[in-house]
Amino acid sequence: MLNIGSYEERIKDFDWAISERELGYKEGDLINIGCYCSDRICKMGKGDRVALYWEGMHDKRKQYTFDQIRINSNKIGDYLRSLGIKNEDRVCLFLDKVPELFIGFLGVLKIGAIVQPLFSAFGDESLHVRLENAETTAIITQRKHVGKVRKLLDKTPHLKHVIIIDHDGIKPLKERETAFDMESYPEPQNFEIFPTKAESPSVLHYTSGTTGQPKGVKHVHYSLISQYLTTKWVLDLQDDDIYWCTADPGWVTGTSYGIIGPWSLGVTQFVSDVGFSAEAWYQFIEKYKVTVWYSAPTAIRSLMKAGDEIIKKFDLSSLRLLASVGEPLNAKAVTWSEEVFGHPFLDTYWQTETGSMMLTNFPGMKIKPGSMGKPFPGITAAVLDPKTHEPINEPGRIGLIAFKPGWPSMIRTYWNNEETYKSKFKNGWYLPGDRASIDSDGYFWFVGRDDDVINTGGHLVSPFEIESALLEHEAVAESAVVAKPDEVNMEVVKAFVLLKPGYEVDDMLELSIMNFIRKKLSSFAMPQEIEYVDSLPKTRSGKIMRRLLHAKEWGEEIGDTSTLEDDE
Amino acid sequence: MENIKDIVLEYVINEYLEDEDEELTYDTPLISGGIVDSFSMVSLKRFLEAKYKISIPDDKATPEAFDTVNKITELVKEFTG
Repeated sequence: MLNIGSYEERIKDFDWAISERELGYKEGDLINIGCYCSDRICKMGKGDRVALYWEGMHDKRKQYTFDQIRINSNKIGDYLRSLGIKNEDRVCLFLDKVPELFIGFLGVLKIGAIVQPLFSAFGDESLHVRLENAETTAIITQRKHVGKVRKLLDKTPHLKHVIIIDHDGIKPLKERETAFDMESYPEPQNFEIFPTKAESPSVLHYTSGTTGQPKGVKHVHYSLISQYLTTKWVLDLQDDDIYWCTADPGWVTGTSYGIIGPWSLGVTQFVSDVGFSAEAWYQFIEKYKVTVWYSAPTAIRSLMKAGDEIIKKFDLSSLRLLASVGEPLNAKAVTWSEEVFGHPFLDTYWQTETGSMMLTNFPGMKIKPGSMGKPFPGITAAVLDPKTHEPINEPGRIGLIAFKPGWPSMIRTYWNNEETYKSKFKNGWYLPGDRASIDSDGYFWFVGRDDDVINTGGHLVSPFEIESALLEHEAVAESAVVAKPDEVNMEVVKAFVLLKPGYEVDDMLELSIMNFIRKKLSSFAMPQEIEYVDSLPKTRSGKIMRRLLHAKEWGEEIGDTSTLEDDE
Repeated sequence: MENIKDIVLEYVINEYLEDEDEELTYDTPLISGGIVDSFSMVSLKRFLEAKYKISIPDDKATPEAFDTVNKITELVKEFTG
C-alpha cells in the first residue's frame, strides 16, 4: 500500500493541515526541526531503532540509534551554548559526510541557531564569500579542511569559533580554534531545546546566480511540514525501509531529504562517505538492503556507463523505489533503470529556494520517461508567457516554470538581499528560473535554464563567479564562461580566455589556470575546457555576450548578431 | 618506471590531498577514496598529458584507470611505450 494512495484523490481538497496533524503541530505551537527529528521519534517509542548506518574510508563503520542521535545532538547544542552561541547566530557545518554533519545539523537547530551547511569541496574563496555574507559566528570542521579556514581568519572578523571535531591532541590549536569530540563529550543533563516557532529561521543554504555573489536562501522551521509530507508521499518511506539519499548535506537535497525527511518519519538511513564507484554503490545496496534510493542523474549516468554486467554480481532485490533530483533525468536513464533494477527512477523537480519537491513523478503514477511529472498536491504550478507572465494554456508551448507562493518550505528571503528575492516574483508567481512545457495530460517537460547559470552534475555554478576568479590569474586578461554539453554531467564549464601580453598558450599554463580555479572555487567550477581567443564578443558598452558563445557550443542558431551587439 | 610513480604520487599529494596527516601510497584509492573527484580527474589527466607529452583517449581515462598511482603509472606507460 502506497503512502500517497491515489494522486487524483489527494489533489482534491488538499490541505497542508494533513501534515500538521500527522506531526502533532497546531498553528502557534513551538516547532523545532532538531527536536522533531530526534526527541519526538524517541517519544514515539522508536529510540532503539537505527537512525544512521554510516560507512567511511578505510572500512570505517558506525551506527546510531534515534536515542543516540538525540543525545549526541544535545551534546553539540550544549557545546555551542558553552561557547556563547545563541539563537539566530549562524553556525557553518564545513564537513565531509561524517556523522557529526548529520547530527550537528540537528544540534545547531536545537539551540535556535541557524545552520549553514557548506560543501566541503569548496575552495577558500567560495568559503570566504559565504561566511562573510552570512556573518557566520562559528564553523564546525575537520582537520583536513581547517587549512582553508585559517587562510580566511583575517577577512572574517565575525567568525569567533573554529570547532575541530577530530583534533589529534598533538598539534597545537591556533587562534579561535577549539576541539570538540562528540563521543567523549559528557551527556548534558536537562538540555533545553530553544522554543523556535514556525517562522523562526532554520537553514541557510547558498546558491549561485548569473550575476553577483552567491545568495543565502533563508528557510524556517515550518519547512518541516512540506519536507515531511513530500518524503512520505513521493519517496513513500515506510517504517521498515532502509533509505539512501546520496546527496551531500552541503546542498539542499542532502538536508531536506538526507536529514529532515527521513528522520522526521523515524526511518533508518544509510550514508556513505566514500567516493563514487559503481561497485561500491551496488555493494552498499546489497549489504544494507537499501529499499528506497534517492540519487542524481550524473550518478545514474555514471552507473549506466559502468555497464550492466557489474549489476549481475550483486543482489539488489531489496530496492523497491528509486528517485532522482538535481538536473533533468533523460528518458534513457529512466528506461534503463526499469530494465536493470526493475524500477524506474522517478524524476523530481525542485530547487534550493523551494525547499521541497514541487513537480514529481509519484509512485503508482504512469511514468512518461523524460518528464518531470506533475505538481505535488497543494502546489499550483504553471508555465508563463515570458513577456506577459500569464499562464500558457496551450499544451507543448514553452514558457517559464512558475509556482503560486505559499507552500510551507518556500524561501523566506535571500540573506541581506531582499531586492533579489523580490525580483523572483512576477505577476503573483514565483519563478525558479527554468523553462518547460506542459503536455495535454498535465505532465511538465523540462527545457532549460532561463539564465546563464551552469548546472554541472547537479551543482549550480555562476559564470560570473568563475570569470571574476579567472581574472585573478596572472596570465588572464579577459574571460567568458559558458556551459558545454557533457554526456555524464549534462553540462560542464568551458572558459574562453584572452591571455595577457607576454603569455603564450602552453599545456602547463592551462593546467595552472584550471588548478587555480579548482582551489579557489571548487572542482566543479574548474573549466573542463579552455579555448584561447584573440578577442571576446562584446556589446558596444563592453559587456561580454555569453549567449553567442553558448549558442556556438550547443550548435544553436546565433540569430541576428546586429541585435546581439546592442546592449540588452 | 619508479620515476613516473614518484612524480605522480608527489603531484597528487601536492595538488589534491587536503589532509596533511593522511598517508598516501601507490595503492591508495584516489577516485573511489574521494581524494580526487570526477571533475578534478580532468586536471590530473591534463597534467599527465602535458608532463609526458601523450594523449590519453577519453575511453581510457576511466575512474578505474585513475584510481591509484600504480594504475595511473600503468596507463602512462601504455602511451609512452
